[in-house]
This record gives sequence, C-alpha cells and structure tokens, in this order.
Amino acid sequence: MMKDNRIEERTVDMDMTETKISARNVQVYYGETHAIRDVDVDILDKTVTAFIGPSGCGKSTFLRCLNRMNDTIPICRVEGTILLDGEDIYDKRVDPVQLRARVGMVFQKPNPFPKSIYDNVAYGPRIHGLARSKAELDDIVEKSLRRAALWSEAKDRLDQPGTGLSGGQQQRLCIARAVATEPEVLLMDEPCSALDPIATAQVEELIDELRRDYSVVIVTHSMQQAARVSQKTAFFHLGSLVEFGETGEIFTNPQDPRTESYITGRIG
Amino acid sequence: MSMPQTTGPQTGHRASKSLLEVDAGTRRRNRAEARFRSYGIAAIGVAVLALVLLVTSVLSNGLGAFRQTFVIMDITLAADTLDPSGTGDVDAMKRVSTIGYGKLLKTALIADLESRGIPTEGMSEKEIAGLLSKEAPAQLRNMVLADPSLIGQTIRFKTYATGRVDGYFKGRVSMESAERDSNVTPAQLELADRMRAKGLMSVGFNWGFLFGPDASELRPEAAGLGIAILGSAYMMILVLVLALPIGVAASIYLEEFAPQNRWTDLIEVNIANLAAVPSIVFGILGLALFINFMGLPQSAPVVGALVLTLMTLPTIIIATRASLKSVPPSIRSAALGVGASKMQTVFHHVLPLAMPGILTGTIIGLAQALGETAPLLLIGMVAFVRDFPSAPPEGFMDPAAALPVQVYNWTQRADPAFVERASGAIIVLLAFLLTMNIVAIVLRRRFERRW
Repeated sequence: MMKDNRIEERTVDMDMTETKISARNVQVYYGETHAIRDVDVDILDKTVTAFIGPSGCGKSTFLRCLNRMNDTIPICRVEGTILLDGEDIYDKRVDPVQLRARVGMVFQKPNPFPKSIYDNVAYGPRIHGLARSKAELDDIVEKSLRRAALWSEAKDRLDQPGTGLSGGQQQRLCIARAVATEPEVLLMDEPCSALDPIATAQVEELIDELRRDYSVVIVTHSMQQAARVSQKTAFFHLGSLVEFGETGEIFTNPQDPRTESYITGRIG
Repeated sequence: MSMPQTTGPQTGHRASKSLLEVDAGTRRRNRAEARFRSYGIAAIGVAVLALVLLVTSVLSNGLGAFRQTFVIMDITLAADTLDPSGTGDVDAMKRVSTIGYGKLLKTALIADLESRGIPTEGMSEKEIAGLLSKEAPAQLRNMVLADPSLIGQTIRFKTYATGRVDGYFKGRVSMESAERDSNVTPAQLELADRMRAKGLMSVGFNWGFLFGPDASELRPEAAGLGIAILGSAYMMILVLVLALPIGVAASIYLEEFAPQNRWTDLIEVNIANLAAVPSIVFGILGLALFINFMGLPQSAPVVGALVLTLMTLPTIIIATRASLKSVPPSIRSAALGVGASKMQTVFHHVLPLAMPGILTGTIIGLAQALGETAPLLLIGMVAFVRDFPSAPPEGFMDPAAALPVQVYNWTQRADPAFVERASGAIIVLLAFLLTMNIVAIVLRRRFERRW
C-alpha cells in the first residue's frame, strides 16, 4: 500500500466544496469501439481529482470529454450527460470554443506555440478579449507566469521563443498559458510524463497551489503522483470506472479487487 | 546465392575469431556498401554532366544573342525628302514611307564610306545598302516621326547591321558560305571588315534583344524579347494573384475543415490526377472555355494566365496540403485548448508554420507555369506580335507573346541567326527561373527564422 504521510492531511474541508462537473452515464465510442462505458463521476471545485489506470483504459479519453476536445476526432461519439455548473456541455447550444475557455487543458507533451514566451501566455487573453490595454495584458501575463512558478526564470526573456525553454519550463509555460484565460477547471493529461523528477516535483507543487483557485483534473500513470497531489482518485480499467473516492481510501483501503491489484502492481 | 550454411558451432561466424580480422560476411557487406556508394556517385556524376552540357550548350549558342553588330553612321535628315510639304506636320510626314528613308540611308552610307576613305571596289549601291538591316529605315522613320525637330540636322544614327554580317563577326558565316549564299557576298563581308576597322561598324551589347519587339523572318538582327518578357511577367502576376489564394483556400478547407467522406476522397483523387494531366489538355480546355465560350480575346495574357492557373492549382494544393499536414497536431490542440476557434487555430498558428512550404510549392508551380508552352500555343499566344501591350490592367487583355513560346517560334524560323536568338531567349527564361527560386529560398529562410 502507498504510505505517503501527506495522504492523511488531505481529508480537509472536503464537505465544504461543491460539485463543479458532474458526469452521468457517459459512453464514448470510437467508430464501432465502445471506449468508455457507464462512467459516473462528480468533480469537486477547488480539489485535485486524479484519474489513474493502465494504458488504454480510457482515462485520457474521458478527460478530453470534459472540454469536448474529442469533437476534433470525427469518428468519436459521446453519449450521456456531463454538467458543468449544472449546464449540459454537450447541449446543441453550447459552443465548444466558449467551453474550452472555461475548462482549460494542459497536454502530455509540452506544446508551447512557436512564439515568444509573452505571446504564448497572452494568446488566450487576446483572443478572448480579456485585456483592454497593453498594461492589463502585461499584468495578466505576469500573474499567470507567477502562478505557474515561471516568472522568476522567464521575466528577463519574455520576448524569447517559448520553444527555447527546458522541458519542465515549457510545461509550466503551458500551465501559465492555460491559467491566463481564467478557466474554472484545469484538465491535465499526464502533465509530467515528459519531465524529469525535479521538474515533476515543481509541477506537482504547482498543482497543489492551483487547487486554491481551480478545480484540477489530472490524468497520471504514476500512482505515487496521484497519491501526492490529489484529494480524489478515480481508477479506470478497460473503459469502465472501477472505483472513485478519497485518495487516501483508494490507496489504503480499496474496495474493488481490481483496484487493489493495480495499485499493488499486479495489473497494468 | 551461396550463403554459407551455419550448421555446427565450428562453422559459425562468431567462432572465436579476433576482432582484428574481418570475417567473410562483413567483408561482403562492406563491398556491397562500397558498390552502392559508387552507384550513387555515378548517378550524381551523370546528372551533373547532363546539367553542365545543357548549360554550356545553351550559353555557347545563346550568349551571342546579347551582342550585336551595329552600324554607326552620320546621316543628314534632308527636309525636302522627309517633309515634302515643308509644314512640319507629322501626319503629312507619315506619307513618306520606309522606302524614302531607305534611299536616304543608302546615300548617307555611301557618302560616309567615301568621306572616311573606305574603298568599295565597284560594289553596287544595292550591295552596300545591303549591309544595313532591313529594319533600319523603319527605325529611322520612327525616330524622325517621334521628334520632327531632327529634320534638317545631321545626326549620328546607330542601327543594326544585317544578320549575315553579324553572323560573320560571330563566326557563323564565313567567306566560303557567303559564296553559296544569295543573301550576302564575300565582297560585302570584306567591306564590313574594313568598316569595322574604321569604326563605322562595331559589336556591342544589344539592349534591343531584351526590350525590343519580335521582328520578321527577314530581319533576325532586330528580333527582341521585350513583348515575350512582358507577356510572361503579366501572366505570372495573374497566376500568382489567382492561384495562390484559390489554392491555399482550397487546401485549408480540405485539410482542416472538410469532413472525411467519399466526396472529399473523390476530390482528393481528382486533384492528384489533375496534376498529372498533360498541359496541352489544359490548352484545349482554355480554348473552348475562355475563348470560344466566354469570348475573351486570343493571345491575351489573361487567357494564358487563366489556363496556367488551372494547371498550377493542383501543384499548389498538393504542396500546401503537405505542409499543413506537417504542422504538428500538438499545436492545434494547444490552440483549441486555450479556447481558440478552428479558424483562429488555422490562421494564427497552423498557417504561419506552413508558410515556408506553401511558398515553396507556389513558386515551384509558378516556375512550371513560366516554362509551359503547349497550352499557350492553343490559345493563340504563338501569334506574331509587334505592338507592346499597354500597362496593366488593360494590358492583360492586349495580345502578347510568352518566353517559351518565343523560343518555340524562333526555332521554327529558317534563318540560322534565329538559332542564336532562341538560345538567348532560353538564357533569359533560365534567369527568370533562377530568380524565382532564389526568391523562394529567401522567403523560406525569412519565415523559418520565426521559429
């Protein structure tokens, strides 16, 4: 069993937070393949929720349903309801572009735009018209970079290409870019899988910081990471949600034998 | 064929041999590699040799076209012959034809020869005047009509020598060939030699070749590329303006927006096939569609440009789609992830990254169009055009020639002087292509530098 001494401290103020995203009976099909079946999840505000599970279990697919990134895949079909603040995000009237401004995303591989650091962060606010002046935009960029713990490293080289940063810095730049649009939910798809342990630790610390303002959903391959950063954990297996609960509970006292096998390293 | 069978441990390749000895298998592999390298070097050698042969043959044949033999003579523009009415009225002066100017030139040339003490040894006046190009009277007439104040003055007039004399100085015509030639006599060539020694004749750079209009069969020395260069330039401008936006818009739609279904598959296959359609087919299409159906004028750059646009579009679309495809999908996800719309994603992120590829494809397409001859023959660009098209946009509708068609035209003509002209035109065409490729490289560098 995972023995992380932070797990015990995690059960704080869980009852005070409210449900941000509520998914009910979600099915995802890729063409004929039934990739996700019957997933029910409640994602709480100001909480880090981790999705864990073996490769190909559908955790990333489900994550991408939450801001409709799956829309870009023509053969992908989503059924069921996903409510963001009580509104169905798959309703016909919803513009996915507007949704994605509220549900930001950080990807597995750092993918900064081939532009300057400043332009990378400023892009979202610019297209959403969040800043009325250059000074306001400068403020947003600084605030976002500070929040992503990149300000001290980047403040002297804002006009240099974002692609020239190191891998960990690039990923933090992507996080800064995501938070610059003031999203309510931040989706992270294995944000540390391309990073070294030091950069991983920095990003994890950052995720814990971000919890104060956002609801964070993180997909991870690393159970240690899930244990370290999350308050809630969902275990996916073969397209189904096997178990969902307090992170401490899942890791110390799993209810389902499959969960137990996975976290003890027997499957996956 | 005779790979050694590895049956026992003793016959195996790795049987306790020293690394310092190369075994048979490795030696065979190294030999194969060396052989393959030599094939590659030989292939490159053949290609380079072909290129060198092409360039040297074109240059050795064509460079002569840029130099021309001129006659520089003093001529008194007698008022009584050129302005018989004495009024100075240009319309009245137009009644004096080139024959009148020809007579004036003949007497002036004979007088010039005499005054410089160049013996003519009983040559007839016609023979002496035959040293001048048939273009000379027309040239003098145009000059006088453009500036009637010249009348009555003695001016220094520079005109072309006849093509045979020019050929003599360039080594194309010899005394022996002149014996058999009805167009020139050895006596004329000897006179030309004497005139050159006295400075009455000289060889110099011929701007008329680059900027003058084409000339008829009988006066190769006066034939120029001006109209062809202008016509080709007009067409390239129009092709760029038409094909780039259409091609890029079509590619972006097909690559980024279009649903993947049977229709888009069909369109894709057809575009790939269109790129391989022989160009003359596009010429027939242009003739039927633009000239016969839409009633656009023949020989006009606009029609040529429309046909070449149709021909260039598949090239541009294929190149553009390939470069759009090569933009990593992570960039698209990143833009969509921060809430950019599809169009913002394409125009802010994908298109700038694809720009170098798009530009390269476009310029390759344009270069192809620039060298295309067959479709232009069918829409009448092969016509003999003496009048310069006016400035755009009206000029797009005026008859014009095109560089490759001019090459074709000149190779069809009987006078051997046109062979040199055709090669000269090829040099100009190649210079155009080289310039376009350099522009493509510079643009690509510039766009790539933006990370």
